[in-house]
Amino acid sequence: MSNLPAPLDHWFAARGWQLHPHQAEMLARAQAPATLLIAPTGGGKTLAGFLPTLADLAQGDHAGLHTLYISPLKALAADIRRNLTRPVEEMGLAIRIEDRTGDTSSHAKRRQRADPPHILLTTPESLALLTSYEDAPRIFAGLKRVVVDEVHALAESKRGDQLMLALSRLQALCPDMRRVGLSATVEDPPALAHFMAHCDHPCDIRHADPGPDPDIAMLETAEAPPWSGGGAAYAIPAVLDQVRRHKTTLIFHNTRAQAEIFFHNLWLANEDALPIGIHHGSLDRAQRERVEGAMVRGELRAVVCTGSLDLGLDWGDVDLVIQVGAPKNVKRLVQRIGRANHRYNAPSKALLVPANRFEVVECLAALQAVKDRDLDGEARGPGPRDVLCQHILIRACAGPFHADDLYAEVASAGAYATLTRDEFDACLEFCATGGYALRAYDQWQRLKQRPDGLWQLRDPRSPRLIRMNIGTIQDTDTLKVRMRRARGGKPLGEIEEGFAATLSPGDTFLIGGQIVRFESLREMVVEVSRDPGRTPKIATFMGTKFATSTQLSERILAILNQPDWPDLPAHIRAWLELQRRLSDMPQAGRLLIESFPHDGREHVCIYGFAGRNAMQTLGLLVTKRMEEEGLAPLGFVSTDYATLIWGLEPLTDAAPIFARDALRDGLESWLMGNAVMKRTFRASATIAGLIQRNSPQARKNGRQTTMSSDILYDTLVKYDPDHLLLDITKAEAMRGLVDFGRIEEMLHRINGRITLRRLTRVSPLAAPLFLEAGRTPVEGAAQERLLAEESARLMQAAGLA
Amino acid sequence: MDGYSFTLAGAALTALPSGALYWEARNLLCVSDLHLGKSERRARLGEPPLPPYETRDTLTRLEEDLRRTGAATVICLGDSFDDAAAAHALPDAEKLWIAKLQAGRRWVWIEGNHDPGPVDLGGAHMAELPSPPLVFRHIARARQSGEISGHYHPKARLALRGRSLSRPAFLIDSDRVILPAYGTYTGGLWSDDAAFTGGLMRDEALAVLTGPMLHAVPMPRRSAGR
Repeated sequence: MSNLPAPLDHWFAARGWQLHPHQAEMLARAQAPATLLIAPTGGGKTLAGFLPTLADLAQGDHAGLHTLYISPLKALAADIRRNLTRPVEEMGLAIRIEDRTGDTSSHAKRRQRADPPHILLTTPESLALLTSYEDAPRIFAGLKRVVVDEVHALAESKRGDQLMLALSRLQALCPDMRRVGLSATVEDPPALAHFMAHCDHPCDIRHADPGPDPDIAMLETAEAPPWSGGGAAYAIPAVLDQVRRHKTTLIFHNTRAQAEIFFHNLWLANEDALPIGIHHGSLDRAQRERVEGAMVRGELRAVVCTGSLDLGLDWGDVDLVIQVGAPKNVKRLVQRIGRANHRYNAPSKALLVPANRFEVVECLAALQAVKDRDLDGEARGPGPRDVLCQHILIRACAGPFHADDLYAEVASAGAYATLTRDEFDACLEFCATGGYALRAYDQWQRLKQRPDGLWQLRDPRSPRLIRMNIGTIQDTDTLKVRMRRARGGKPLGEIEEGFAATLSPGDTFLIGGQIVRFESLREMVVEVSRDPGRTPKIATFMGTKFATSTQLSERILAILNQPDWPDLPAHIRAWLELQRRLSDMPQAGRLLIESFPHDGREHVCIYGFAGRNAMQTLGLLVTKRMEEEGLAPLGFVSTDYATLIWGLEPLTDAAPIFARDALRDGLESWLMGNAVMKRTFRASATIAGLIQRNSPQARKNGRQTTMSSDILYDTLVKYDPDHLLLDITKAEAMRGLVDFGRIEEMLHRINGRITLRRLTRVSPLAAPLFLEAGRTPVEGAAQERLLAEESARLMQAAGLA
Repeated sequence: MDGYSFTLAGAALTALPSGALYWEARNLLCVSDLHLGKSERRARLGEPPLPPYETRDTLTRLEEDLRRTGAATVICLGDSFDDAAAAHALPDAEKLWIAKLQAGRRWVWIEGNHDPGPVDLGGAHMAELPSPPLVFRHIARARQSGEISGHYHPKARLALRGRSLSRPAFLIDSDRVILPAYGTYTGGLWSDDAAFTGGLMRDEALAVLTGPMLHAVPMPRRSAGR
């Protein structure tokens, strides 16, 4: 280890440790402008990222900020500070390491600005805020390195775009800044390298030894899974049995509601009183920290959790991961599996628990994909312009700027490399005036161009407002839940505002594993009391609803089209054989549609396999087309693989309904008025600064924001249809909640080949859809028909007609 | 003309799908609660801003109703402006538009609680307008008959095979009609509210739901659930 400075060399030698090859490699590449390191969890990749920094700082002559570390989680930043401070102290190095997140006190933040530490650990939002200060050039003076942890997770959302824009700013301030990206699971390393590097710099990709294959299987249960639903209550005894046989088990769920219900059921069946906790993003921070603490101390045998534990923290002795419900996405599954056995070169152990019969097929597909190391992921689109608008405002807070310089900086970020000058100017124009329809309003006129050509803020008071609204995370509008007490009881967590609005006093719901009774809503706080009842009437909070990835859907279709299914349980085989005999099997290159009467209504089932969000959008578009064709649809329900529509008239010819142009027109004209589009608009409008959630007076509640954003949206659609934010909303609609991109991909895949089967009754594959929750009503002729029927009935009953 | 026809105190009236009321014998169109200038007033009071287009939206619909009925008299039944200053602050283009609608017609502004004083726009300004056998005023009074009023922005909701639907509605009984709000961005009061069920509307009152078509039902008096 000749290239290690003495204090580091001694430290390794004293422990009898060797550098891993990838750690030595990172040290050797310390001067490379950008490096992406892909190493498995537990492979010492964080240390690998910091070694060049420690080696450099060991020389002892650096003053001021040397290295920025950015992680997607606040908790991870704090954790890394602890894990890094220990070896640095043991090495006897005089290096100041501090973290700075939303939780840092304002006193500490001020001190950090005046006198930055050598290593600053932070999040994309806190970094964006730092760059907005007028003294940013002084704060970042001397910055040598940036380490971005879990860069693949950041790249999945707009937080990554915001981070890369902030780095483009830092690179302009500190041209010698080197970038390092760390990741465990990457499906397309070159794309990620392009995303994280400055466009003029090459980004090298280094792979560490990926370690042994995980030990992963489907959980065997005595009882077959139910036909539909996501609770997996049938598997409780088998899961408890596994918990008993392992030291510590993480039980992952896809949604918070499912986690709560499962945890509740687990406790009801937990006769040995095994210590089991629950952890998800809606729980109060103190509660989550308690569970995390107990976990680190090894006091818990299992934790029921959601994506809140996907990343980061080192959990000590987890020796089993259980995934309840189909994983939907192979990359996330691999990440979760990696949470078990956080030791290099030991296989991770994981079990999958399908929540219903169809998910058995999906779990099998996921097992195959993990075995083939075939990760999935949607390709990143170009950098979103709402984030750019926010970046322009942040840049303006730091002082006057020249549009040419800012454009050059922005275009140096991989995601914005294809941004044209016209697109950039449109964003600048929006920041300056609010756009054509809103030009009459002072509050949206934020920038002005000075006679010398530089742009600056119009109102010197606006930085405060802009800084308060930095960030791209769209938290759903939530209300705090508290136990009702004389002086404010214990905080339990948060529920969605929309859900809170449906509660009447006396309703019960699950939160943090306990049943509580809704008492009142006071000043935006939901007050509850304990309820001794055993069956909560309601339990929802949305959390994230994932859509099954394209790659996984392809694998599922391939499995369905096998001649036989030796890998599947007998009850699934029988079900699929029956479907093949009575109807047809869905195929990748041909769209299967079934049409049948049931229970006095006509039904259409479309097997699009495009993921939940796209199938939901397809439901909206197809029912619109059916409405135009006089088929009087009444409503529909969608899953990841199919959409079931019911209405008053039978579908006998599918071709006119599924014409690509007709569906596209629907997206352009009619879908624009849809609530999902309005939600998409609201998110972008908030990021771009058209709507402000936070003001010095108060935080706007969700309903106020929704009200103003819906009206703004309607206004723009009507009077300024070319407004930048509508353009952004349409671009967003290709992915995310609307996901029209996957409908296009499906239409391309089937290329006009449609099989319409007219059946006399429900088909085996369609049957579970009748049990799905989340039905969407269709407003249209059928509604007017029902309204006419109902009013005639009421008038008759009242003796008035 | 599509609409729901009925008689009040012997006068044959038609409720229009837009929420306006037409009295064919007098060629008279009555609309209530236009709330013009609402966005301007909200901005002035520091409330979250709404875009300034609702006035155009409301006037567009009014123009269409006038074109279809050819009404010679227009009665605006109060709360035509969100407040007196909002009437004042209407952009010139919109004042001109109103003047064009008024040309060749008799136009009456009835006072509402939002706009009690006179406005500097054409037309007569009155506290109420008796037009036997009917009387037009902003807020309904108990024990009156042949009364046309607005103010409450009534809405009704119905349960349709497991789904609930709500629409602005006319409330009609043998004494009076309460008009739905005609303006864009107006909230409303459910027909099951005590303001209506507490004696103002008779037991046999009807609610006529506005929308693409009109639907008359016995006035819902119990919450149909949401």
